Amino acid sequence: MRTIDQTTQEILDLATKHFNVPAGSLASDDDFFKKLGIDSLQTLELLSRIENHFNIELPDYEVQGVSDFRTLASRIQSRL
Amino acid sequence: MLDLEKYQSIGAALNDALNQFASETCLIEADREREKERLTYRDFQQRGNAVARALQAAAFHPDDRAAIIMTNQSKWLISAYAIFFSGGVLVPLDYKLTPDEQWQLLAHSGASVLVTEYPVWRQLAVAAGRSNAVNLKLVYVTESPTNADLDGAQRWEDTQTKTQAPVFAPRNRSDLATIVYSSGTGGRPKGCMVKHDNYLEQCVALTSLYPFAPGYRYLSILPTNHAIDFMVGFFGPFICGATVVHLRTLRPEFVREAFTKYKITYVSLVPLVLKNLQKGLQARFEALTPGKRRVFDALVSVNKSLTKSHPRLGLSRMLLKQVHAAFGGELRAIIVGGAFTEPQTLQFFYDLGIPVANGYGLTEAGTAITVNDLHPFRADTVGKPLPGMSVRIVEPDKDGIGEVQVQSRTVMAGYLNEPELTAETIVDGWLRTGDLGRFDRSGHLQLFGRKKNMVVTEEGKNIYPEDIEAVFEPLPVKEFCVFAANYVWPQRSMVGEQLLLVIHLENGQSYNDELKKAISFLNGRLLNYKRVHGIVVFEEDFPRTASLKIKRNLLAERLATLDRASVVKSL
Repeated sequence: MRTIDQTTQEILDLATKHFNVPAGSLASDDDFFKKLGIDSLQTLELLSRIENHFNIELPDYEVQGVSDFRTLASRIQSRL
Repeated sequence: MLDLEKYQSIGAALNDALNQFASETCLIEADREREKERLTYRDFQQRGNAVARALQAAAFHPDDRAAIIMTNQSKWLISAYAIFFSGGVLVPLDYKLTPDEQWQLLAHSGASVLVTEYPVWRQLAVAAGRSNAVNLKLVYVTESPTNADLDGAQRWEDTQTKTQAPVFAPRNRSDLATIVYSSGTGGRPKGCMVKHDNYLEQCVALTSLYPFAPGYRYLSILPTNHAIDFMVGFFGPFICGATVVHLRTLRPEFVREAFTKYKITYVSLVPLVLKNLQKGLQARFEALTPGKRRVFDALVSVNKSLTKSHPRLGLSRMLLKQVHAAFGGELRAIIVGGAFTEPQTLQFFYDLGIPVANGYGLTEAGTAITVNDLHPFRADTVGKPLPGMSVRIVEPDKDGIGEVQVQSRTVMAGYLNEPELTAETIVDGWLRTGDLGRFDRSGHLQLFGRKKNMVVTEEGKNIYPEDIEAVFEPLPVKEFCVFAANYVWPQRSMVGEQLLLVIHLENGQSYNDELKKAISFLNGRLLNYKRVHGIVVFEEDFPRTASLKIKRNLLAERLATLDRASVVKSL
């Protein structure tokens, strides 16, 4: 079983790859809309990648209103 | 299609449609690759009647108000039908608002019933705003886990045990059908009171240009609480016996799959999603080998020249088979709305033989005012006024650009509990849109920005500065105000709109990193599409009224004397 810190780090790594930003440039408290300059649709694309990685299904409502990696990680952690 | 002339209400028309098209497929609901549900109009009626019976047993009377906060799904439409059948007034609310915003609108609307989904209710039930909605007596929650504590709410699914026939409550065309909030979560909710007549007239006008029929399948992606999806993803297809497809997950890959799997006829999208589709297609075209690309470009050229005067769907599907196959091969048009769409995006799709029905509308006007009739397709305009719409340009400048005003049977009755705002908005029967436009020689409307202090995002969200200002209250500055940048510095453009935070510092205070951090922090508390994107440090006291309210117009005039490029700092 992963710890929340591990889950958060794996999400940060996935986002780094998906949006092609320099390694280590994202932090858990970052607001991903602002930091990555992405829109809600691009967030959905990232979610698909996250689902595949963790082998879970994350309903759209679970990420409603979530805009930072730490909260996103906690939503995922509860489904692992 | 039903002859809507003979109906007095949405409920009466829907009721007849359910009888007339009983064996047609009414709804398909899919979650990812799994099809969860497929209902005929008969099934729909059975479920709707059970909900209506339960509502009536709970003393829900004609003219009572019932709100729905749900994602797009079958139970949204079934519940709405039950509310109309019982003569109620529907209050469709945005499921993306925060719980406190939802409670604020629930309280303002005076709704006595709420139908919602378990994940939404889980958050609503514990939100502080709950105590404000004093009229709310009954909450139905869909899809709740078996042992969940519903905190006073009832299971929607339990209504389905009601077998007694409910009583149909007739309404008149002049009665209220819905209260639709066009904005106003920040303090002055704008609840548009829309009458049955508004919807019946709008539906006749829209379906005359973009008809539905049994076998047509509409993919419902825009939220159903939005005026567009309510009309073309519920009422319009239902009175024609067509099928509505709902997806519980709006991930791009499942949306793409739905086009081919369900052979979609129409879909409505906001500009943001349309642009995303364009990007995806362009990337695929660029990946073609040079030889294939030449052939493809030649086919697009042929298609362009053959569809100049009007679309020729059969021909385009033959010429550009693979592109059309990716959309299921039966797509007749993409309806785009909620915000302004850039002409090059519209033209991109039209050149591929996929007509994009763009238009221009306001909830206040009963959804659409103008729609591109495609004869010929004009990407640089928002189309011609729909049948029954009188549209005029008031006080045009030397270029013929002035405020767009509308008179029509589709125009709302007014804003709920806001007689003054209503009187400012509808003057002598003309709805003042606050948008700037002009007609070209062939009668197509072109838009050139706004007179009003607001922005509309590419996701179709209307944001009024007054609605987001409260979040900046803790800022340690002398005073602040939020503006739409294009309101201060008019751009004659409907794209690239952004909100600015104007601050006036205390004596001796400087605009330093600490202050920037505080602004970013507070800005981050807003939903992403509501955030400000620039800061202006204003050196003077804000002009104020005797009661110390900021004189926004005057402040905007003073700001306008400054050079936008040099005073707006990015956040």
